[in-house]
Amino acid sequence: MGDHHHGPAQGISRWLFTTNHKDIGTMYLWFSFAMFLLGGFFAMVIRAELFQPGMQLVEPGFFNQMTTLHGLVMVFGAIMPSFVGLANWLIPMMIGAPDMALPRMNNWSFWILPPAFLMLASTLFMEGGAPAFGWTFYAPLSTTYAAPSVTFFIFAIHILGVSSIMGSINIIATVMNMRAPGMTYMKMPLFVWTWLITAFLLVAVMPVLAGAVTMMLMDIHFGTSFFSAAGGGDPVLFQHIFWFFGHPEVYIIILPAFGVVSQIIPAFSRKPLFGYASMVYATASIAFLSFIVWAHHMYTVGMPIAGELFFMYATMLIAVPTGVKVFNWISTMWRGALSFETPMLFCIGFLILFTLGGFTGLMLSIAPADFQYHDTYFVVAHFHYVMVAGAVFSMTAAVYYWLPKWCGRMYNEAMGKTHFWISFIGFNITFFPQHFVGLAGMPRRIPDYALQFADFNMMSSIGAFIYGASQLLFLYNVVATIVAGKPVSDEKVWDGAEGLEWTVPTPAPYHTFEEPPLVPKPAGTI
Amino acid sequence: MGKRVSGLTLAFLSPLSVAQNQVNMSPGVTEIGADIFELHMLIMWICVVIGIAVFAVMFYSMYAHRKSKGHQAAQFHESTKVEVAWTVVPFLILIAMAVPATSTLLEVYDNDEAELDILITGYQWKWKYEYLDESGEPVAFFSNLATPQEEIYNTAHKGDNYLLEVDEPLVLPTNTKVRFLITANDVIHSWWVPEIAVKRDAIPGFINEAWTRVPEEGIYRGQCTELCGAYHGFMPVEVHAVSRPEFDAWMAAKRGAAAAESQLAMQTLAVDDLMDKGKAVYDSACLACHGAQGEGGIGNAIAGSAVVLGDLSSHMAVVAKGVSGTAMQAFGGQLSDVDMAAVLTYQRNAFGNNTGDVVQPGDVTGIKNG
Amino acid sequence: MSSSSSASAGHEKYYVPESSSLAVRATIGLILSVFGAALVLNDMTYGSGDESSASVWVLTVGLVFFIFTLASWFGTAIRENLAGMNSSQLHQSYVLGMFWFIFSEVMFFAAFFGALLYVRQFVGPWLAGEGEGGRMNGLLWPGFEFAWPPVTTPQEVVGGVDAQVIANNGAFVSQETSMAPADAHAWYAWLPMWNTLILLSSSATVHVAHTAILADNRKKFNVWLGITVGLALIFLGLQAAEYYEAYVLYGLTLNSGIYGSTFFMLTGFHGFHVAMGMTMLLIQLVRSVRRQHFTATDHFGFEASSWYWHFVDVVWVFLFLFVYIL
Ligand code: HEA
Ligand code: HEA
Ligand code: HEC
Ligand code: CUA
Ligand SMILES: [Cu+2]
Repeated sequence: MGDHHHGPAQGISRWLFTTNHKDIGTMYLWFSFAMFLLGGFFAMVIRAELFQPGMQLVEPGFFNQMTTLHGLVMVFGAIMPSFVGLANWLIPMMIGAPDMALPRMNNWSFWILPPAFLMLASTLFMEGGAPAFGWTFYAPLSTTYAAPSVTFFIFAIHILGVSSIMGSINIIATVMNMRAPGMTYMKMPLFVWTWLITAFLLVAVMPVLAGAVTMMLMDIHFGTSFFSAAGGGDPVLFQHIFWFFGHPEVYIIILPAFGVVSQIIPAFSRKPLFGYASMVYATASIAFLSFIVWAHHMYTVGMPIAGELFFMYATMLIAVPTGVKVFNWISTMWRGALSFETPMLFCIGFLILFTLGGFTGLMLSIAPADFQYHDTYFVVAHFHYVMVAGAVFSMTAAVYYWLPKWCGRMYNEAMGKTHFWISFIGFNITFFPQHFVGLAGMPRRIPDYALQFADFNMMSSIGAFIYGASQLLFLYNVVATIVAGKPVSDEKVWDGAEGLEWTVPTPAPYHTFEEPPLVPKPAGTI
Repeated sequence: MGKRVSGLTLAFLSPLSVAQNQVNMSPGVTEIGADIFELHMLIMWICVVIGIAVFAVMFYSMYAHRKSKGHQAAQFHESTKVEVAWTVVPFLILIAMAVPATSTLLEVYDNDEAELDILITGYQWKWKYEYLDESGEPVAFFSNLATPQEEIYNTAHKGDNYLLEVDEPLVLPTNTKVRFLITANDVIHSWWVPEIAVKRDAIPGFINEAWTRVPEEGIYRGQCTELCGAYHGFMPVEVHAVSRPEFDAWMAAKRGAAAAESQLAMQTLAVDDLMDKGKAVYDSACLACHGAQGEGGIGNAIAGSAVVLGDLSSHMAVVAKGVSGTAMQAFGGQLSDVDMAAVLTYQRNAFGNNTGDVVQPGDVTGIKNG
Repeated sequence: MSSSSSASAGHEKYYVPESSSLAVRATIGLILSVFGAALVLNDMTYGSGDESSASVWVLTVGLVFFIFTLASWFGTAIRENLAGMNSSQLHQSYVLGMFWFIFSEVMFFAAFFGALLYVRQFVGPWLAGEGEGGRMNGLLWPGFEFAWPPVTTPQEVVGGVDAQVIANNGAFVSQETSMAPADAHAWYAWLPMWNTLILLSSSATVHVAHTAILADNRKKFNVWLGITVGLALIFLGLQAAEYYEAYVLYGLTLNSGIYGSTFFMLTGFHGFHVAMGMTMLLIQLVRSVRRQHFTATDHFGFEASSWYWHFVDVVWVFLFLFVYIL
């Protein structure tokens, strides 16, 4: 084709018909933020009901719908698409590619998401209500005992899966095939590495999830007995299949976050990432281990002891490569020249709180102890530490870090720092007390609780409102930046930032690297 | 993260907190409970120590290596030696954790040589306990939430054991190895009593095993810990551990009552007795779905229901066989003939349904046998 | 292939389509299809039987729209390729895309094979009260004994839905005759064996077609590809015959407990994939016969379809082993 340096098309068709990785990235990012608000709104309903003992606002059945939709929307609607959006924006720029490998399919993987979530959310208004069986949808609660809306839920999951698989195939093809000359694997920025491995995990496990929901569909509508003992099946079979997907899923959530942190910490330490190669190997080891630990979510189902031991040992092992990462980040900071702009603050918040969440994860992995922790708020605290303070914090850091490059305007630093401190404090007030109530015996997924849990729950709810409100500040800051932020034009917005994305003009032009760039840096320094 | 922070947090919370704010796992009363508690504390402390070490380094660096202080960045970016060290050392620490974890786990799984077997079945949303003992009249009963709706809906003062109290607790003899055989009727539940450190999922169609030996008399409370539908939060477990003689006496009384009940089934009961008993059965077994005033909820309204006002045998068929594909379960296997007669009588006369019908246990037996 | 003029050696300009309505159209088709399918299923299971046929229409319109969009999508890709827009790098992207797509399909089948193996290895014996995981299950399913293929379901052994201890969750009546070779009337009447032979030879014939196109021998290519499609059709015909036998003669249905469940889901999804693969090959055949598409160096459409075909074939081998023989 001839040389074309067109800008974007005008109007709505720009977004509907686009094949541009930046446009698609932007759509993913806004969509995921909308889903974050929606999922957050559900969380606010949960916390408001749990503010005091007794039933106040909603009915128990509806509470379960809130819990379920909160989990589903946050995991599949907010976190995963947000990182896919980031990948779309950044991977081509980081490896010096003109766009994603399969641009039209890229657009398709985005556009099937909004209607799928619309379908999922519409179940709230269906007869019998929305899915109320938890984001883990254990059979037979999700089959024989589910409301009719479960059929729509199943198809929504199928579509999310299709979207993720196509998105991942695109990322894999881009990374494997579109690197600029000289951009060898061991020169790729760590964010690209973590996404390559994440994409592999996604292609491997999303089909398994599709298999699980398909079996549910057959049990519900066609009389098969996969999850029914009376016909020779087993409800626990569902859990095995679900967690074979579900555990890698949690690393799908966290690995791109690791990537982000590995980009930002060196930038604000003004020092190359420590242990680049071991970071890559650690990521790969985590991905490998993630396939053989799934049953640590099922210690109480009555597995034979051999299984119990195997899964316990394998799970504990994950602490080793994750520890390598934590130590590498800290060594990167060590003897750097540190400054604490908002992205760095969120990364440090990530580092502290994720590690804390990792420690509770390790505690959960000890099977006999998990008999006491399982399905209590201790688990809820664990996974919000790794998912909110892990994934969401790192995502927030990423937005602050790359926003000037995206839109050519600088966000308001004071507001960003305020956002960080309110988030950090609000987050801990919300979730730290959940460790206490969990250890003291409060089960999860309950709309009402015994009196001894009252004080900490009230604290937790107050913290949640604070944390939630701080997200509105974030929204305001981002919008204000895009509309009226102070223009920046340096290619390198941050003096310590390294990588190809910082060599293109600011704001990044609609098309970048139509000609492959030269890749100058030696291995391990990006 | 238990104790480390508990001191700190309690200080900062003191205006809010009352004495009963428990922040750590309970060591419980059993040997295994204590083992698990120690394991939990051990691992927590290891994590605390590692955490302090790691973050101390980080905070020091954040303080000493600030750009604002004019610190110049070094450019080193790898060191095989330290990288090997911080791979190997955590690995060794993990092994140190795995050893006590394994031995505790083996203990938990030692289900043999129990002196008493109890079959626990989870139902939406109650537990059934059956003492599996060949000798004598079988003892089996349901255990329902006893907290009144008024407390839940904030129109009455909440009692101390709010949501943790049942109408009929499980009674165990102390110092006896008791094996629980745990299963479920409908969906997955999970039977948990923190103080005796037993949590086992109840899976429909499969029987899981767990055991305990309670050394001290006392009342131990817990809850269902697997999401099992709308009222999952209202499915408590209450265990009374009593001395062996007391247990035997209780057992004898239970057997006696069971025998009396089967006697009762042959008699004709007074309307008031039936209504009283019926209300009791209704409140514990039906109210959650059909409402305190029979106004309905998950289930249809009983007040003015055509089924209830209609023909007795189809009314009973609904209650005994359930309505498949809905939450209305088959109560035939759950209610004795006396209870069935009572609840039918009650439904047909309460909530303004004044049919005046009286259903006797004999009628129920009659319909059952066709 | 491409007329591009990239500065750096070895890197042709990568073709990035400007903008396209394909994705949005495909989205509309896909969403309508699944929404319609959900409506149809819910009418079937929860409905009263007198629903209007609106659901079926949503499904049909969605599917038709979807299929047409896909056709136009592939058509566009083919046109672009013929117009010389595709660099070898883009070709490589397609190769990677197809490879990882097939990998995702492998994982989808893995879920069902995993379920089958788990049930046979663990669940069956546990239900029969054997092994550490199930030694007390005799209380629930007295008399149940496990074998594969199962001759009965736990429910039947205890006397049916109403007699089982757990709540009613459907009626599962086992088959009279299984699909195992031992149950076949005669070796030559055992359809799976013929199907295996057919599918294996179709893998060979498609390979011959591939060598033909590599040698630029269109006639031979057409013939062997045609034979492959024919074999695929025969396979599907026999599969249909087998299902007929199962349902009508052997009482083997989706309701036949876990044996029926795993049997029909595995063979059914496989059959569906065979139909897809056959359609893909058929389209390539039509392209070659009618439009003279494909040359010795440029035949990715065919190549991708043939990989898919080999994949379907390999799945069958496992199926034959684990579903029928072992
Ligand atoms: C981002 C998501 C994420 C991440 C990264 C993790 C990380 C880990 N998780 Fe978590 N987990 C979840 C999300 C996540 N988890 C979710 C969503 C659930 C609940 C699902 C549900 O039921 O709804 C869950 C539940 C869950 C359970 C089941 C609990 C139960 O239901 O009973 C277990 C049990 O083993 C577990 C373990 C772990 C472990 C061992 C890690 C490890 O990866 C952590 C490793 C990190 C560290 C250990 C810290 C850093 C290391 C060092 C500083 C080195 C030195 C340290 C030592 C040697 C101690 N998780
Ligand atoms: C990455 C995923 C993710 C994220 C980001 C969150 C974020 C939050 N979660 Fe979530 N959570 C899960 C994943 C996640 N969660 C999962 C998987 C479960 C398990 C579900 C299950 O059991 O099946 C769960 C369960 C769960 C529970 C347990 C429910 C139960 O067991 O019954 C609770 C309770 O406190 C909770 C709270 C919160 C809160 C307060 C936030 C906050 O961080 C949210 C903050 C965001 C906002 C509040 C939105 C922004 C603001 C507005 C929309 C404006 C309106 C608000 C105000 C003005 C205050 N979550
Ligand atoms: C788990 C919830 C639940 C419990 C507990 C429950 N029911 Fe029901 N019940 C239902 C539902 C749901 C229906 C409606 C079934 C239908 O759709 O036909 C119903 C219907 C009925 C009806 C028929 C009413 C009508 O007008 O159709 C009667 C009678 C009845 N239940 C009696 C009882 C009795 C007696 C008990 C207690 C011993 C009880 N139910 C406990 C859920 C429940
Ligand atoms: Cu029973 Cu939760
Ligand atoms: Cu996990």
